Amino acid sequence: MTALLEVKDLKVRVEEREILHGLSLTVNPGEVHAIMGPNGSGKSTLSHVIAGKPGYEVTGGEILFKGEDLLEMSPDERAAKGVFLAFQYPVEIPGVATMNFLHVALNAQRKARGESQLTTPEFLKKAYAAAASLNIPRDMLKRGVNVGFSGGEKKRNEILQMALFEPAVCILDEMDSGLDIDALRVAADGVNALRSQGRAMVVITHYQRLLNYIVPDFVHVMSKGRVVKSGDKELALELEASGYAQFEDAA
Amino acid sequence: MNVALVKNETGSALSDSFAIARDRLPGTGKVAAAREAAFAAYAQAGLPHRRIEDWKYTDLRALMREVLPLAPAPDAAEFSRAASAAKLHAIEGVRRLVLVDGVFAPKLSELGGIEKGLGIRTLRETLETGDAALQALLFTPDNANPMVALNSAMMTDGVVIDVADGVVLSQPLQIVHIASGTVPAAMFTRSLLRLGKDAGATLVESYIAAEGAKAYQVHDSLMISIGNNSRLDHVRLNEDGRDAFNISSGVVSLGAHAHFNTFGMMSGAGVSRYQATIAFAGEGSRVETNGVNLLNGKQHADTTLFMDHAVPHCDSREIFRAVVDDRAHSVFQGRIIVRPHAQKTDAKMMTRALLLSDDAEADNKPELEIFADDVTCGHGATTGALDESLLFYLRARGLSEKEAQALLIQAFVGEAIESIVNDGLRELAIAAAQRWLEARG
Repeated sequence: MTALLEVKDLKVRVEEREILHGLSLTVNPGEVHAIMGPNGSGKSTLSHVIAGKPGYEVTGGEILFKGEDLLEMSPDERAAKGVFLAFQYPVEIPGVATMNFLHVALNAQRKARGESQLTTPEFLKKAYAAAASLNIPRDMLKRGVNVGFSGGEKKRNEILQMALFEPAVCILDEMDSGLDIDALRVAADGVNALRSQGRAMVVITHYQRLLNYIVPDFVHVMSKGRVVKSGDKELALELEASGYAQFEDAA
Repeated sequence: MNVALVKNETGSALSDSFAIARDRLPGTGKVAAAREAAFAAYAQAGLPHRRIEDWKYTDLRALMREVLPLAPAPDAAEFSRAASAAKLHAIEGVRRLVLVDGVFAPKLSELGGIEKGLGIRTLRETLETGDAALQALLFTPDNANPMVALNSAMMTDGVVIDVADGVVLSQPLQIVHIASGTVPAAMFTRSLLRLGKDAGATLVESYIAAEGAKAYQVHDSLMISIGNNSRLDHVRLNEDGRDAFNISSGVVSLGAHAHFNTFGMMSGAGVSRYQATIAFAGEGSRVETNGVNLLNGKQHADTTLFMDHAVPHCDSREIFRAVVDDRAHSVFQGRIIVRPHAQKTDAKMMTRALLLSDDAEADNKPELEIFADDVTCGHGATTGALDESLLFYLRARGLSEKEAQALLIQAFVGEAIESIVNDGLRELAIAAAQRWLEARG
């Protein structure tokens, strides 16, 4: 079986400073991986590099997606192939209606894959169904992308995109940041509904709390740009009890 | 020293062309005398240059260098090319009034079934045989502006439109300027739209080039008077050829409780200047004047607006957006004057420029002169690049770089376009912006 996502000995610099010092991670279809670690351990850098955000220099190692070199692809190519990053801080785009954005984005991905374009009625049907399952009111879809959305609404909008684009790998970057417990539960339910045999998720989080709702198959602890320990979901509970200090010393 | 030299050169060259053209310019007697006076005013100033404050960013001596000779009357081949261009750019449902190379083209225009209360004449016939008061009115724009003076001196044709009291036109009007000549030349046109009381009209102005049209100059002006309780919806779309010059002036006056919603888009012409003066002459009136410049290559486009709050209780809104790529240059000058008695004026102006390349330039110059003490006035200006974090978000969702830029550009100009009240006109502006984005690739 080919892994969905293979990160091998990845070294990444930002402005002359190395952030990732040889990180490896293998994610297979159907698996949910949690990546935990203190602030500054390189968790978000990993998610950005996987999505192709400019400003990062990969100085060593590779990232393969279904065996293909992901680092050679532009961000939009990665999206079309099935890589999805749920942003920690989704941006606001005034003047671009959410519905229009979703339609344009979905059709761009379909076009890149050589699939037919969805007409407006076809798209609306799909979008309304997905929105309803996430308790997203239609009114919200008419507003500018994330403009005036609460923290919870922004995260639900990310999950709505996940549902519509049907990616193979979802990277959830600090999905719990800025959410109260009720908003967190709604978001986690949305994510859980998208778990499937063929799809993998990488859940990046600082706190164990999120993992009560999205239960991972594997937990990795990152510190100072490396994975310093891997285990199952019990590892997250250990961390909650003992903190990250032990790993910072070890790294 | 240099200035005098240049002025003499352009001045004398043009004097010759005025002398040559004079016999072809309609009107005698007072009309001819008014032309002479206008030409004298122009000749004294010459082409405006950067040391004249109002033309600081649009130095016509550097950009235009000379005024080309008056275009010859179009021949059959030119009319035929113009007809193709008119067809290609046709807008459904409007009454089209076409000027080809500065000459009214009845065969390309729709003159049948004119609705009651609508009068349409050509400028030529008005200057030749019209009543003296109307002729005098056509010469009222201020000769202090050299390009207005030049237009007054040389105006050859145009349309004179009257909408009677109480008449709301059911069909929008469109004035189409088509350049078709294959020899570089200048066309001088002036049109007049008079809306009576309790009247309403919708007007589209389009500037296009027929295939094969060579570097040409459009010198145009439009005079508008909007009567009490009347409303005019107006859109101006400049899609002239890339080697064309377009120097256009608007002179607008509003009566009481009148409403003027106007929008201009400049995506064509190598060098363009649209200068408009909007004067409130009656209380309780409102103007929204909005615009978008979409420029690339080496285009230069200047929008210069003068909002004259001469009476109390009037509102004005100006929203202007410029998208500037490559080495293009956008200029927006907005001057608002609130005269001493114009209390309760509410005037706002916002201009924003988006620079898509390091070599692009945008100059925003808002000016407020307030002489009344109980008013609400404000202006703002910003210039910036596309937000990298927004671009990355869109690309991470599958949009290519160009698609992501296009979506953000649409959003950027959207606020100005959305301010167009009339649905049909708004669709036209959206389509014109779309054409620009698609041409960009």
